[in-house]
Amino acid sequence: MKILVPVKRVIDYNIKVRVKADNTGVDLANVKMAMNPFDEIAVEEALRIKEAGIATEVVAVSCGVTACQETLRTAMALGADRGILVETDVELQPLAVAKLLKTIATNEAPQLIILGKQAIDDDANQTGQMLAALLGWPQATFASKVVVDAAAGKVAVTREVDGGLETLELTLPAIVTTDLRLNEPRYATLPNIMKAKKKPLDVVKPETLGVDVTPRLTTLKVNEPSPRAAGIKVADVAELIHKLKNEAKVIS
Amino acid sequence: MSILVIAEHDNASLKAATLNTVAAAAKINASLTSEIHVLVAGATCSAVASQAAAVAGVAKVLVADAAHYADQTAENLAALIHAYASGYTHVLAPATSNGKNTLPRVAALLDVAQISDIISVLDADTFVRPIYAGNALATVKSADPVKVITVRTTGFDPVAATGGQATIEAMSAGPDLGLSKLLGRELSKSARPELAAAKIIVSGGRGMGSGENYHTVLEPLADKLGAAMGASRAAVDAGFVPNDYQVGQTGKIVAPQLYIAIGISGAIQHLAGMKESKVIVAINKDPDAPIFQVADYGLVADLFQAVPELVAAL
Repeated sequence: MKILVPVKRVIDYNIKVRVKADNTGVDLANVKMAMNPFDEIAVEEALRIKEAGIATEVVAVSCGVTACQETLRTAMALGADRGILVETDVELQPLAVAKLLKTIATNEAPQLIILGKQAIDDDANQTGQMLAALLGWPQATFASKVVVDAAAGKVAVTREVDGGLETLELTLPAIVTTDLRLNEPRYATLPNIMKAKKKPLDVVKPETLGVDVTPRLTTLKVNEPSPRAAGIKVADVAELIHKLKNEAKVIS
Repeated sequence: MSILVIAEHDNASLKAATLNTVAAAAKINASLTSEIHVLVAGATCSAVASQAAAVAGVAKVLVADAAHYADQTAENLAALIHAYASGYTHVLAPATSNGKNTLPRVAALLDVAQISDIISVLDADTFVRPIYAGNALATVKSADPVKVITVRTTGFDPVAATGGQATIEAMSAGPDLGLSKLLGRELSKSARPELAAAKIIVSGGRGMGSGENYHTVLEPLADKLGAAMGASRAAVDAGFVPNDYQVGQTGKIVAPQLYIAIGISGAIQHLAGMKESKVIVAINKDPDAPIFQVADYGLVADLFQAVPELVAAL
């Protein structure tokens, strides 16, 4: 079986973002970019399923600007067999990405699509669920454990939910989105980074796929959140309790 | 045309997050003067429907009662909501794990964008939502005929759970799509308040050192304060506590009256989940820990001495 893994190029998670002075967005000029951390977990999970002999091919897909090729090369350096870039300069929103991925999934016919549960830039947490809806497939979001039974055509997924954990059984083909504790992603080795440069990477345009990617939401402005007023250091526990009782009045 | 709120419940009782979501719906309604309806989809959930009917500001409660809604699986729920959404200008759910799971599926079926995690309503089409782990706030406007929205509960004070007199209307259930099935749940059992709704939270991080320390040191404090207990990602990853304790960008977003961060360094991902708390206390032995930048009261101390001292003095 084939596994499709969509990957997004985002700001590196260690970078403290700065809002642009004109409030049109976040300053991404000369900022380090990387694969969305949840997508790294998705790539890792797909590779483990392949290494267990259950999957035969792992295909990475990215949607966005030309530079997303780097993200696909990273996925291939980790072990993905090939890459597909849906290239566009248009700002892509989750619904548009889900529609692009739907056409790719229809062409590629994977049994499993593993996505990150959310991207750390827009924090939308939508694309996997939307893709599942458009394909009419079952979904298991926020996965902390994935067990594929290819012979039975099922996958059992343990999910991190508000009250704890729940395990769902889905009929393949299915969508899984990853949570933090699903696995610990590997690092790419130098030989694998070199090998990845020779792996196939197809580039297609949204128009070729017949998908209208026009944004549905307009961002009117982007602001810095108002900072918290500076706090104080207290000398000891007694002063802390005094402040909480008499100044903040949050305990009695 | 009305506003539809999807109820958060466990078939027995209505969850508090629904009240915050109705509050957001009421803000939207301020410029519309239409009705707020609540959808209760579940199995033998009539008690939930009665509670929803009592919520202030709700005009009508729609109940879809069928066995295949018992487990709140996204496929069946989304199909049901999609079938009834056309009569509504807005469909709202709390940004809980259920809401986040189901609502994007509804939006895609309707071919509209979803607006995730709103913290403020400017008008019926314009909303504010955090991006980049809350380091920026985006004001977004939707041109879609139906606005599908998840609501960050900490952004809206809950409406009253009583005082409303909504009519209750039974709806026909949709088909069971049979795409997924629940095999089991391991839910944390605790007599403490729910993390997302607690007034006081005692939260521990990597500095606790072990799960045993987490419990022996922090539980007496939580007991004294009647507090819920939370944790940073580091503490959850290290196995000190289960995942549902996690506060942060991708865990639970909380805004209690008092948040006590103990042995938590304060990564931006953690701050994203708790910096809207009214009062933040940090206890950490590292004076340069970033948590002190958001703390109203910081105590540089060894937590293994300071916390027992605090418990004894309260």
